[in-house]
Amino acid sequence: MAISVDELVISYGDTHAVQGVSFTADRGALTVLLGPNGAGKTSTVEHLEGYRPATSGSARVLGLDPIRDHRTLRSQVGIMLQSGGIPTAIRPRELLRQYAGFFSDPLDVDELLERTRLTERSRTPFRRLSGGEQQRLSLALALIGRPQVLLLDEPTAGMDLDGREAVRAILDELRADGACILLTTHDLDEAERTADHLVVIRDGRVVADGTLAELTRRDDTERFTFRCDDRLDPDALGAELGAAVLRTGPGAFRVDAAPTPDTIAAVAAHLATRGLRLDDLRTGAARLEDVFRDLTSDATAAPNASGDTA
Amino acid sequence: MSAFTSQLRTEVALASRQGEQLLVSLGIPLLVLVFFSLVDVVEVADVEQAVDYVAPATLALAVMSTAMVSLGIGTGFERQYGVLKRLGASPLGTRRLVGAKTALVVLTEVSQFVVLISVAVLIGWRPPTAGWVPALAGAALGTLAFAGIGLLLAGTLPGLGTLAAANGLYLVLLLTGGMIVPLDRLPSAVAAVAGLLPAAALVEVMTGSFIAGRTVGAQAWIVLAFWAVAAPAAAIRWFRWE
Repeated sequence: MAISVDELVISYGDTHAVQGVSFTADRGALTVLLGPNGAGKTSTVEHLEGYRPATSGSARVLGLDPIRDHRTLRSQVGIMLQSGGIPTAIRPRELLRQYAGFFSDPLDVDELLERTRLTERSRTPFRRLSGGEQQRLSLALALIGRPQVLLLDEPTAGMDLDGREAVRAILDELRADGACILLTTHDLDEAERTADHLVVIRDGRVVADGTLAELTRRDDTERFTFRCDDRLDPDALGAELGAAVLRTGPGAFRVDAAPTPDTIAAVAAHLATRGLRLDDLRTGAARLEDVFRDLTSDATAAPNASGDTA
Repeated sequence: MSAFTSQLRTEVALASRQGEQLLVSLGIPLLVLVFFSLVDVVEVADVEQAVDYVAPATLALAVMSTAMVSLGIGTGFERQYGVLKRLGASPLGTRRLVGAKTALVVLTEVSQFVVLISVAVLIGWRPPTAGWVPALAGAALGTLAFAGIGLLLAGTLPGLGTLAAANGLYLVLLLTGGMIVPLDRLPSAVAAVAGLLPAAALVEVMTGSFIAGRTVGAQAWIVLAFWAVAAPAAAIRWFRWE
């Protein structure tokens, strides 16, 4: 395994940003550190990058201590900061050539510009690039030294769809080449699409750890979920089915009954007579969004979300 | 290409794109040199022509503008934008980063000196050969002192704060450092305090080295040496990378 974090605690004065986080990340896999803003994702990653000393606990990157062995690690770890880090007047090709000079066997600058779709913008000052282009350049910078480990803090923030596709394609190649990729995000869609392994973090603690299938598996077969226009009255549907129907969020519903063909047909018929469209019917697995909401919202707040709001 | 040259090349490219910094490091010293050499406002008893005093004082001004103002402001914004933080995670290393910044300062000062000395000679300055060794030693000490001050500001204040403080300090030291107005023209209390600051000390070393019949007082060397050690030490002690 390329990264291991063991009971990591990071405090700033009275603020305990990270409170005993443990997880591992393997080579050839993309591990996503998922959590709401302020959960402790960046502090954790910054420890692995060698910036933040641990208050207690420990971490290993390629078997080395990220703080003590920083000098050895910095040629083997590629990083992408959440924001900044690049002079506003510098041009993409110039920046990549500068950093290429720091490594013994860097990637070819022009090829890298092509891969990150920045060739056309290679002579544009950084401050005049779009948010997505700036992020792609920052990713290119992380890749220039052929790192074995990539630490990416919110890599797709502010990117349009094309940019995200480009980044996903690059990350897929790197993963296939055996790199260990750890990225943080609060974007569930991003996590659901890319992660081999998810670590959900909240208030500085790990609240879930596993593959997407593991996290979204439902042990009970006595319920199913679907999405539909909010005009649906769950009580009317529930009365017809003879089972509880709950609104779990805007346009999201849960039926507490086994998803038999008859029940599903009854739901579809109920919606059809009201001119409503049935969408995203799920029987075996929950949506990551629902799991995430359950994991990261306060226990006392959870019933409210499924109750009488809206 | 080595990591050092790669960094230095970027430093030079970025510095050459900073028009306002070029103005401070070359435009203002050049303006001061030409204006005060040709317009008869500086009265110095022991020199035949104004340029004999103004030229060495302008060299001191050039050192201050590059080592304190340009270096300080540039580094301050790099710190604010996380550029230093990002470089810290690369294999460049602190030593080569500091080395590249030092080389940029020296290269800039060499260009300033070439331009300023050429223009001063055109105006009629004839510096004695014996003055060069102490003057260059003074320039080296002054560079250390002012770079230490610039980096101390850059490492403790936000980018705009550094900009304001470095420019403000530049103006104060320009006026009280004997760079335009000789120190003996200032109120004696101001002159006494100014004499303990690196600007006046550097000006005394420069003018003392080049003006015939003058010598550099021990106090100027001591003050300059003190700042050359204390300012970088303070910068190392208090500089925060982000």
